[in-house]
Formats: sequence, structure tokens, C-alpha cells
Amino acid sequence: MENTTADVRTGLEQEPVFDKQSGCLVLGLLIFASAIVSCSLLPSASPLHVSSYVVSLLGKYLCFAILALSIDLVWGYLGILSLGHGAFFGMGGYVMGMHLMRQIGGQGVYANPELPDFMVFLNWKELPWYWWGSDSFVFICVLVILVPALAALIFGWPAFRSRVSGVYLSIITQAMTFALMLAFFRNEMGFGGNNGLTDFKTLLGVSLQSKWMIAGLFMASALALALIYVLCRAATVSKLGRVFIAVRDAESRTRFIGYRVEHVKLAAFVCSAVIAGIGGALYVPQVGIINPNVFQPLFSVEMVVCVALGGRGRLCGAVLGALVVNLLKTWFTTALPEVWLFFLGALFVLVTLFLPDGLIGVPARLRRFGPRKGGDAPEHPAGGPL
Amino acid sequence: MFKKISLFFLAGLFLLSGRVQAEEAIKVGILHSLSGTMAISETTLKDVMLMLIEEQNKKGGLLGKKLEAVVVDPASDWPLFAERAKELLTSQKVAAVFGCWTSVSRKSVLPVFEKENGLLFYPVQYEGEESSRNVIYTGAAPNQQSIPAVDYLLNLGVKRFVLAGTDYVFPRTANKILEAYLISKGVAKADMMINYTPFGHSDWQSIIAEVKKFGSTGKKTAIISTINGDANVPFYKELANQGVTASTIPVMAFSVGEEELSGIDTKPLVGHLAAWNYFQSIDSPANTDFIKKWHAFTKNSKRVTNDPMEAHYIGFNLWVKAVEKAKSTKVDDVLKAIVGLSAPNLTGGTATVLPNHHITKPVYIGEIQKDGQFQVVWETPKEVPGDAWSDYLPESKNLEADWTAPINCGNYNTVTKKCGGAAK
Amino acid sequence: MLFFALQFSTAVVPAAAEGLFLSPEALAALRSSKVADRDRALDELAAASAPEALDMLRALAAGSLHMDRESGELFVLDDKTGTARGVLDGEVRPADGGGLRRVGTNTAQRDRILSILGARLLSHPDPVRRRAAAAALTDGPMTVDRTQLEALRDRETDEETRESLDMALALMTAQDAAAAPQSLLKSVELLRASGSPRAKTVLESLAANPDRAVAVAAAEALEHKRIVSDWAAMLETMFFGLSLGSVLILTSIGLAITFGVMGVINMAHGELVMLGAYTVWGLQQLLPSQPGTALLLSVPAAFLVSGGVGVVLERGVIRHLYGRPLETLLATFGISLILQQAVRTLISPQNRAVGIPDFMSGLWRISGELSLTCNRIYILCFCLAVFALIYAIMHKTRLGLEVRAVTQNRAIAKALGVNASRVDALTFALGSGVAGMAGVALSQLTNVGPNLGQSYIVDSFMVVVFGGVGNLWGTLSGGLILGLVNKILEPASGAMLAKIIILAGLILFMQARPRGLFPQRGRAAED
Repeated sequence: MENTTADVRTGLEQEPVFDKQSGCLVLGLLIFASAIVSCSLLPSASPLHVSSYVVSLLGKYLCFAILALSIDLVWGYLGILSLGHGAFFGMGGYVMGMHLMRQIGGQGVYANPELPDFMVFLNWKELPWYWWGSDSFVFICVLVILVPALAALIFGWPAFRSRVSGVYLSIITQAMTFALMLAFFRNEMGFGGNNGLTDFKTLLGVSLQSKWMIAGLFMASALALALIYVLCRAATVSKLGRVFIAVRDAESRTRFIGYRVEHVKLAAFVCSAVIAGIGGALYVPQVGIINPNVFQPLFSVEMVVCVALGGRGRLCGAVLGALVVNLLKTWFTTALPEVWLFFLGALFVLVTLFLPDGLIGVPARLRRFGPRKGGDAPEHPAGGPL
Repeated sequence: MFKKISLFFLAGLFLLSGRVQAEEAIKVGILHSLSGTMAISETTLKDVMLMLIEEQNKKGGLLGKKLEAVVVDPASDWPLFAERAKELLTSQKVAAVFGCWTSVSRKSVLPVFEKENGLLFYPVQYEGEESSRNVIYTGAAPNQQSIPAVDYLLNLGVKRFVLAGTDYVFPRTANKILEAYLISKGVAKADMMINYTPFGHSDWQSIIAEVKKFGSTGKKTAIISTINGDANVPFYKELANQGVTASTIPVMAFSVGEEELSGIDTKPLVGHLAAWNYFQSIDSPANTDFIKKWHAFTKNSKRVTNDPMEAHYIGFNLWVKAVEKAKSTKVDDVLKAIVGLSAPNLTGGTATVLPNHHITKPVYIGEIQKDGQFQVVWETPKEVPGDAWSDYLPESKNLEADWTAPINCGNYNTVTKKCGGAAK
Repeated sequence: MLFFALQFSTAVVPAAAEGLFLSPEALAALRSSKVADRDRALDELAAASAPEALDMLRALAAGSLHMDRESGELFVLDDKTGTARGVLDGEVRPADGGGLRRVGTNTAQRDRILSILGARLLSHPDPVRRRAAAAALTDGPMTVDRTQLEALRDRETDEETRESLDMALALMTAQDAAAAPQSLLKSVELLRASGSPRAKTVLESLAANPDRAVAVAAAEALEHKRIVSDWAAMLETMFFGLSLGSVLILTSIGLAITFGVMGVINMAHGELVMLGAYTVWGLQQLLPSQPGTALLLSVPAAFLVSGGVGVVLERGVIRHLYGRPLETLLATFGISLILQQAVRTLISPQNRAVGIPDFMSGLWRISGELSLTCNRIYILCFCLAVFALIYAIMHKTRLGLEVRAVTQNRAIAKALGVNASRVDALTFALGSGVAGMAGVALSQLTNVGPNLGQSYIVDSFMVVVFGGVGNLWGTLSGGLILGLVNKILEPASGAMLAKIIILAGLILFMQARPRGLFPQRGRAAED
């Protein structure tokens, strides 16, 4: 079985956390982010000025990159293909959205200091219990971590314990996000139904439209991405990371050796959910809306496709995939509004056919001269079968 | 590696922030989904805008300049709507944007238009409860559609009502207003059945069986449908299959127009009703001319026209007039000029922009015909002014919108004499 | 308002004007562009006995009465021959579409015309027409008076028509405040067996009758009706569940082959279903006058179209990805985007109207309370036929044997001389072709548009996984169970909550049986 460069070394020596790729990524990201932030704070007449539109757009990409990282952590390293990670992203987003809704206060159209507009409209007399504490930023930050973690625990614990795996697990994660989507569409849920949470004004007393806020959120996203990347990287190159890969490639054998596979899986799944939630929480203030569309199964599938496109099983690949796909989407939807789906679709097909290691594998392939032949022989460039 | 990544970032930056200096042409943004679930409805509106702009250019453009359409695809993705709107306003520097269909897409772009001081023409009938300085609502407010429609049903002798809708804000609002209205007309709560279904609901067997049972008490029953988009086709197909006809239980629809009907075999649906402000079948010189041009533009003599298309037609003409009056495409000047302006609509009347940024519209009730068209069976004697804040809802009873001095407010409280929300 | 003013009279009065059967005012009303004006003309037409009046009423009801925009002359347009016949002079001339405007009617007016015509049909020489007209009496407004009805009943020779007339008379008696208790009891007896909703309301009013015997009889009849309708409702729910299940099975059985048997996560499955639905539309465009034939023809045609696309996909893309199931997800997701956009660009982003042939529409009336929709029955049968076909192919043919061999152990199958790559292509084509056939069924139920596939893909995956990957029986029972449970829950919880409960139930169920209803056993089941 051929393996990726990440786990090709068979010796016991650990890979450094910062190899060439990771070092470049983290450093590049931080330098780039600081550059963008400082440019955005320049007066708009300056030739180097970057508009707040670009900054919040880039911030959005970074949030998707965080989500892609979280998917890659469980899929690339543990072989758990979650087709419902958008659910955790959405949970983080909704928690943050609730806080932003409360921040509107009396500035809403019905000027109710306590209730968000959609509740006034639906004749709600008081906040439902689960909105309790949503006016405190600190508490919300805790919830951003806790809610996805708890959801992942409740979902993952029985699933991993009863050894639901492979496609079965993928499909029930999809069922989970689908159920959540339907639930959040219901206006009775108290999350604004299809319109979701929107019309946000301020965060921590600063207008969301001010360039300081936009730059700050962007910087926060960049820092979060860098930090999460480093943590994931550290985890995957550590001994724990080895266990991850062992679980992915030979689950039964790992179990026979004496590892509690369920616990490993659950821990990784919960961490991954938390990461996705953080991504969602940073995403919402930058795009200004959260609605049940993030729970759509197709959104999650699209994110999985980003990871596969970038290169599954390499954290860099996930980040790259998310950035490339979303960048292309932004560009295509303006430049080629009528035919862009052809290009995106063709890109997915071509990458699968000719770049089995994803975009991140391109330099290595170039070094090895020419494309490898696909064919009947089973090849697992990124680990075992589903 | 670093080089590659930074290359991507730089490429992105270059593409996004490309500050193309505004050329001689006046840019008009078109913000309608061309892919995804809403493409079914919205692509037509893009086409009609392209046609209107082409026409205007043939007439010599505007203020001596050519108009240039900037088409983008927000792909039925709500955050993408905000993103594209921001791009249209900041990078492309468009003079006005014509776009959005769903309520949530409008809500998503609203903060962008207010922040960047853009101008949006919104062409679809909607739930009301909103009035923004930067939006001109050319679609119907609830009082321009639902109330007259219910009056018509009451006159038909309908005693029991099924309010069936997709679970989102427009049906919720419409049904809330209608419930209050029906109760004020002496209809008992027990004679109303309210049912909400998810988007794209495709299996209507049980619900229609239930409606049939509800309608079998001997009192005349009607369905008031706020079912949205895609769910309508299976809904009507199931109605026909279960033998519900316009004579037994008529359906009054608020979201079904010619375009939706062109996807259904309408023979079993003859006689079901819809309430709109425009029908393709209305006989007027302006309409005949418009349909002829539309067929020529699309090179397809079977393409239908519908109510939101007329709204864009009105909106575009109003904008052109306002620009000519203000002699400028600056949003502030145009907004000042546009209130009070009138433009002819396609049904032989005129549309006037009211201080609340809504327009006056006639209301028509049509019956579905075999050929997928509607036949008008009732109409208001004159245009009805759009009301942003419904008088039938307790929380918005006291609110008014007026964007002229001295009030200049989208949610002015007539009791406290104060501007309610964040609007200036 | 105008509609309250409708008075139903059938008294035959001589024509109003000598020579012309309509007054100038009525003609003006017909010429008006406002539908509401038509009521006046209808009053006169209803009273007129001239054959032209009947002719005109029929034309009005059918919507074929037209008016020349300029001269105001009235014509009856014949769509088939493209000719227009003058109503007053009877002269036939070729119709030119531009100058003519249809004389419209609204539903209330059409109902009125139909009941006027219906009342005349009661004495029609053709017993079939009489039967229909008599049956309509119990549903619609009564347009004939009692003495006329009794006379008709006494003259009537056809058994079924007599029964309907009796029922109508019973309804009349029951609503008559002055009726004697004896005749009321007789009516109750008749109404007890009637399935008409009118009968129920009438019985309800009789249950409060001052005469005790009548009240008791009516109450008993109502109780009987309630039990019957409860049973009917239960059977109906079962039927709804089965038919929803059949749709789920149809959309997922192709996936059960491509995904379950071959292990390809085919995200483009929904688009293959969509292509099948578009095939129906395409064939109906080619055969505009015969929607039924087109529908039947499109079953094999859709199989070929979707199957053909499937072969191209397999040979072009998926062939290179065997053993890498996850990459099939990426590639087929791309393909699904391309196919969707291709339909939008090449055909239209709007939904297409697929005609419903006559045999597919209508109800099969089992009893007064229970009637089933024909199209659902056909689709249920179609589903079972497709399942039987697939099952036979997989278990009774050489191809099926080879497919199973390749699935279980590719290397050994190849060693035994099975052409694995040919088998792959054929299996994928089979799965895709079946998806196309599902599209034919869906075209009769739902939208035919670019989004058709997307709305079914998630459900399809769930059915396959719930039933157990790689097991056709699993897909069959999985689909039926999900359909039934959904429909049993729906009346109580509403459509949205029912679906949420089902999804949650599915998640819980998978904990108990991690490999679905019918888990694969043996070596092939190993990861």
C-alpha cells in the first residue's frame, strides 16, 4: 500500500510539527493576514488600500478553511467520512448569531430591547430558555465550544460504540444534518426559520461594518486558522496521530493491539466538531447572516469535496482546497455567471482523474515525472478504503 | 509551497479588488440566481432586465451614456447574495441593482445596501414589515394581494378556509394577516385550517386527503395557498389526481404565476385562482407590445411573462425617469427624485412611487385556463397603494414608513411620534 | 355580490325575442371583456330553448366561444380543424387566431352551465350520459325540482341511474322540513349507504330531529358512517405510505446497484433520474397528440438514455476510480453539477410541463369513502415490476451471476475468466438505466426541472443504507417501511416533524443495527 509523505517514514522518529510545508503555510498566512489588515486600514485613497469587501471575503474563505481542516482531521486521519460537518459549523454560527441578535437590542425594526424582531413578529412574549445568557459574549464563547462538542458527543458516542462505520456512518451524519436543517427551517424552533438570523449591527459595541471590526475579525480568523492548524499538525505527528492512522488503515488490528478505538474516534470527532464550530462562529459576523442552508447536506458534501480536491490526509491540502474552491466560486460567479458550474464540475472530475493526491500533491507528482496510470489495481493514496 | 499559496492569494486579490475605473457607460447590476434552487424563477428576471437595458440603449441610452448590464450569479446561496451585492456596489460601482427574489436574499443584502448606500429594486411580492431607504419595492405588499383575494373568496360564499403554505416568513405573515382579517369578518377559528410544509415538499397525498375531509362538511371550502416555487407542481398534480377541482375546493394562490404554470399540465386545474398585479392575458396595448418584444428578445414565442417581470419593467422605467429628472445617477439624487414619480404599468394604469418606497398597483384575480394562462375574473377599480406595515398586525399597526422630509424614517411610530429603529 | 345572485331555474320559457334567441343586452354582455358581465347573458341562455342556446352554453363551458375583436361577431372555435363557426349564421370559416378573443367564464358560471346542461342530460337517450348526470346530482347543487325528479325516476330503466335518482330524492326529503317521519326514516336508510359528504351533513341535521325514531336512526347511521370512514382513512394512510414507499424504492433501486453492489458513491444518481424525466418530456414533444403513448415509450427510452449516459460515465471516469470509492464521490459530484447546468443551458432553467395521460389521472372509487388515485396505483405496480426485473437479472441471469462474483471477489472472478471491466460497465449501465425509469414515474408526480435530482438524492442514500448496502430486498423493505412510517406519523405531527422524527429514528436504528436491515454477511461484507 502506498502512503502519503506524511506517514511514509516507518521509523519511530517523529516528524517535526513545522516541516517545510507547514512552516510556509503558517508563516505565509500570518504575514499575508497582517499585510491585508494593515493595507485595509490605510486611507482609501492610497494605492495599496484593500477594501473592506475583500477583507471580509478573505475572512470568509479562512472560515471555510477551518471547516475543511476539521473535516480532514477526522476523514484524512481517522477515515471517518462525515457528510454532516456543516451541522457543527452551523451550530457555532447560530450560537454566535444569537449573540449578535441580542446585540441589536432596541435598534431592531420593532425596537424591542429584549426580543429579536422575528420573535416579536411571531408573537413571542419572552425569550425561550435556550437563548438564556446569549447577551454575554464570554458565555457565548464558551457555548461556541460546548454546543458542537456536546452534539458531537451525543451523536458520536453511541455511533462509535456500536461500531457504525464506513458509509453507514457517513449517511447517518448526513441524516443528522438533514434533520437539523428541517428543524431549523421550522419557525417554532425560535431561530428565525428560513430567514435565519440576520440584520446584525454590532459586536462588543463596535459596528460590524466598521473597518476596524472587519480587519479584527479577519485577523481573528487568520490567527484561529493558524493556531488550529498548528494544533492539528502537532496532534497528527504525535504518537496519537500514529494511532489515528492505524485506526484508519486497520481498525480491527488496532483494536486487537489494545487501543480503545471508540475512544480515539470519539475524541477526534468531538475535537473536529469544536473546530468546525469555531469556524462557524467566526463566519457569521463576517457574512452577516446565518440560515439553515448551512445544514444542507449539499453544503457539507461540497466541503468534503474541497478537502478531497486539496488533498485528503494532508492538513495543508484541506486548507488549500477550501481556499481554491471558494476563490474560484467568487471569481466564476462574477466572470462567468452562466457557465461557471461547468468549470467547477470539470475541475472536480479532472482533479480526481489526474491528481489522485489532490492539488497539494502536484509538486510531488511533477518531481516524479508525468501522471501515474489509474486503473483496476486498487490504490489508496490516502489510506484505506471507506 | 509558500510561493504557490501566496500566488493564489495574490491572484485572488487581483481579481477581486481590480479597481476598474468607471467608464463612460452607466452600470446596472443584475443580482438574480442563475444556478441553484431559485434559478427556476430568477433567470427569467435576468433576461427581462437585459432586454429592458438593450431597449433603453436603442433609444439612446440614459443622460447621453450607454447602459451596461453587470450580471452576477449569487447561486441561490444567501451569504453569496450579500457578497455579490457588495461587489456590485464597491468594485463595479453600479448605479442601481435590480435583483433578489426570496425574502432571505433581500434580508441578506439589506445591510450591504444600507452601508454602501446602494439602490435596490426588489420585484417580488413579499411579506411587508420592512421599508429601507435604499430599496424600492416594486412587488406587492400584503395589502396589494392577499386582502382583496380573500374578499373575493368571501363573496364566492366560501365559509371554510385552508391556509396552506411553505414554512417561511412570507406565508407566515400572509397567514397571520389573513387570520386576523377573517376573524374580523366573522369566520370562526374552527373553520380555518393552517398547514405548513417544508420547502420543495413533494408528497402531498395526506395533506390533500385531510383538506378533502375538512372540506366535506357541506360548507363551501377554499384553499389559500402560499406554497412556494417547486412544491406547487406536485401539489397541483395531487389535487388533480384526488379529484379536487375548482368547483369543489378552489385554490387561491399567491405564489403561482404563468411561469410556474408553464411547468404543469393545467387541464385539470382550470378554474383555480391566483391573485397578482399583472397577468399576461390582460389586454392592453402596452402589454401586447411588451410580450411581442419579449418573444423577439428570447427568440421563443412560447415564453410567458409574469408579475415580477412587470415589476422590473415598472422599476426600470421609474429609475430611468428618476435619473433623467435628477440628471444624475447618484443614489441620493435618484432617491430624492423618485418619490412621487409615476410610470405606466403594463395593464393600462400607472405606478406611482409612494413615500414609503412601495408603489401603487392594481390587484387582479385570475382563473387558470387550459393553456396555462389566467383569465381575469375580478379587478380593483383603481390602483392600491402598497402598505409597508400591515394594519392587521398588532406590532406594526402604529408603524408607518415615510422617506420624505421631515419624517425620513422606515418605521415611524405614529403614536410615540418617534422613529422606531436604527434608521436615521 | 354577483355570485349570490345566481338563481337556478330550469323552467322552459319560449325564446325571448322573435328570430334572435338572445336580447341585444345579453349579446353585449357576451362581448364585454369583463367576466362578471356574463351572468346576465347566462340568465337568458338558461331560459332559452333554441338549439343555438344549448350550443352556445356548451361552447361557453368548453371555453371555445370566441368573439371577433373588431366586428363583435361570435364564433365557436374548433381547435382540431382550426375553423370557426359563426354562432348566429352557422357559417364555417378558417379561424385566424389574431383577431379572435375568447369569451371567458368563471368557475361559478361554468358550474352553473354544467348543471343546466346536466339537468337536460337526465333525459338524454344514452344511459351512460344519464348515469353520470344522475350521479352528479348528489354532489353538486340541485337544479331540478322534486316532481321532475320523481317523473324521471319512474321513467328510468337503467338500474344504476335509478339508484342515484333515489339517493337524490332521499337527500331532498331529508332536507325537507315538512317531510313525514316515515319518509324520513326511509331516506336515512338510503343515506346510510351513501358515500357522499352531503349525506353526512344531512344526517347530522336529522340527528337533531324532534321525532325520536328518526333521530335515533340518523345517529346510528352516522355512527356506522364514522366506523366505515375510520377504516377507510386507515386503509388510505396505508396506501399513501405504500405509494410514498414505491417512489422511494424507485429512486433508490438504481443506487442500490451502483452504490450497493459496485461501491460507487454516485452523487450524480439524482441527475440520472432527472434525465429520465426529461426523456418523457422530450418524447411528448415529439408526439404532442399522444401523451399516453409517449409515456409508455419513454420507459424503455429513459432506460436507454440514462443507461447510455451511465456507460459514458463509467467508461470515461468511474473506471479509473475503482477501489477508491471516496474519489467517486468527488468526481460524480462534479458530474452532477455539469449535468444540472447542461440541462439549464441546453433546455431551460424552468420546469417543463409533462402531460398526464388520461389513464394516469383520476380516481379508482372503491367505496363511497375510499378512493385511490390511479397514478399512484400504476406507480406502485411499476415499482414492483422494476424490482422484479432487477431481482431476476441479478439472480437468474449470467450477468447477475458475474456481477455478484465480481462484487464478492474481483480477483478470483477475473481468474475464472469473468470480464470484470465489461461487467462493471454493464452493471453501472443497469443502475443508471433504472434511475432513468424512476424519472419516468416521477415526471407524473413532481417537477421536471434541473433540481429534480437533488431533491431525491439524500433520501435515496438513506433508503439504501437503511435497508443494508448491497441487498435488494433491503432496499425494497427499507423504502416501504420509511414510506409507511412517514405517512402514519404525518397526520399527527405534520409533514416537517414527521420527516425529522424519521431521520432521528434512522440514526437510532443504525446504532442497533450498524449494517442496516439486511446486513451483508460473509467475506464480501468485510471492509
